[in-house]
Amino acid sequence: MQEMNNEKRPLIVAFCCNWCSYAGADLAGSSRLSYPADVKIIRVPCSCRVNPMFILKAFQRGADGVIICGCHPGDCHYTTGNYYARRRMSLLFSMLDYLGIERERTRVEWVSAAEGAKFSAVMNDFASKVAALGENKRLEDLRCKE
Amino acid sequence: MQRIETAMIEKAKALLSSGEVTRVLGWKKGELGYDVEPCVFKSEESLKDFCYNVFCGANLSKYLVEESKKEGKILVFLKPCDSYSFNQLIKEHRINKENVYTVGVECQGKVDPYKLKENGIEMVDSAVETVDTVTVKGKEFKKEEIILGKCLTCTKKPLSYDDIISFNEKREPVLDRFETVKKLEAMTADERYAFWKDQLSNCIRCNACRNVCPACTCTKCVFDNDNSGIASKANSDSFEEKLFHIIRAFHVAGRCTDCGECSRVCPQHIPLHLLNRKFISDIDRLYGEYQAGEDTDSKGPLTNYTTGDVDPSDVFGGNN
Repeated sequence: MQEMNNEKRPLIVAFCCNWCSYAGADLAGSSRLSYPADVKIIRVPCSCRVNPMFILKAFQRGADGVIICGCHPGDCHYTTGNYYARRRMSLLFSMLDYLGIERERTRVEWVSAAEGAKFSAVMNDFASKVAALGENKRLEDLRCKE
Repeated sequence: MQRIETAMIEKAKALLSSGEVTRVLGWKKGELGYDVEPCVFKSEESLKDFCYNVFCGANLSKYLVEESKKEGKILVFLKPCDSYSFNQLIKEHRINKENVYTVGVECQGKVDPYKLKENGIEMVDSAVETVDTVTVKGKEFKKEEIILGKCLTCTKKPLSYDDIISFNEKREPVLDRFETVKKLEAMTADERYAFWKDQLSNCIRCNACRNVCPACTCTKCVFDNDNSGIASKANSDSFEEKLFHIIRAFHVAGRCTDCGECSRVCPQHIPLHLLNRKFISDIDRLYGEYQAGEDTDSKGPLTNYTTGDVDPSDVFGGNN
């Protein structure tokens, strides 16, 4: 975890699909829209490539929040990938909540390649909510801490 | 209840001698009456050890994944809950149905040896069963007191058999199966976290829940990877037990028939079925009621979708 002005910054992992959300992030950048540097983007071919294990592993390795971004339902590059992802993530996030993991730490957002502004707004909002929760204690792995 | 055991042995002998089947998959007496174990009988003589009584809780369907690949037909006895697992395995093309002869058997609930132990009764050699009671070592118990948790909520009906042996009507479930899930959902996140931390910290990572689960049939399991850091239990942290149990339940979500074997075999008595039931209750609530194993051709909820599915952010009622 980075330390900035003696203040812990949250670490956020964003899984972005190659076709919409990653391009949306790109547009946010080239439009000079800012979003927190705490967000680390991992590019995946499709939102449905995100295995539940990826999300838990991200938490294990020190993430404080995990967000998955994909094409809007109906606009998937592979036609139906995000529909499957939507069901999986609904169930997984509900399960994390059931185990008492704070529900604000996980999120799914649909961001198209034209929505640079939305990308930046979503990341700002998510980062501030995760920062308010503080460090991820409930899904941390002490073996992975320095 | 001796009657059903006799009828099953007769059936097995008849099929073996006619050559229709070459093996019989059933339950075998252990050293003591309550140490019943699943067994493949290969001859009529070996059937002397065959038993079917209140301790035959084990689900035999998973053994068919291996057994149905072998030469010759195998006879299998399926309780109502086992038949759902069997159907689900047929749907997933894990069992070669041509090689299996299924006989449904009645079940009035199976006894949990741990509950007997709590009542001070151990080393049980035999039990006398009626529809509502079980008498062990001269002590009569109501079924509700000593049957397995999975039997208390059982609503399963016998499905698609080649043949059926049944003399008694099935008992009605005593409890609603989602009762505890609802109770947990009503707690605060902190209480839930404390509950699961307490439960899951008991896990010794023996993998019994995975090995017994009829839905866990991957030939290579993700948890068998020694380099994953989650192949066994580390003392330093509680992360991998949470990960193991979340992923174990997730991998069978939509395919779990709620047979309750995971909780039955857990040596630490962790209520693992509560994780699976959470997925079942969410699937029922979000995507319409679905009972895995009820048929052999429908699409499972996680291999299917509708364009109007609820968004993950609305799963908790929009306050995420």
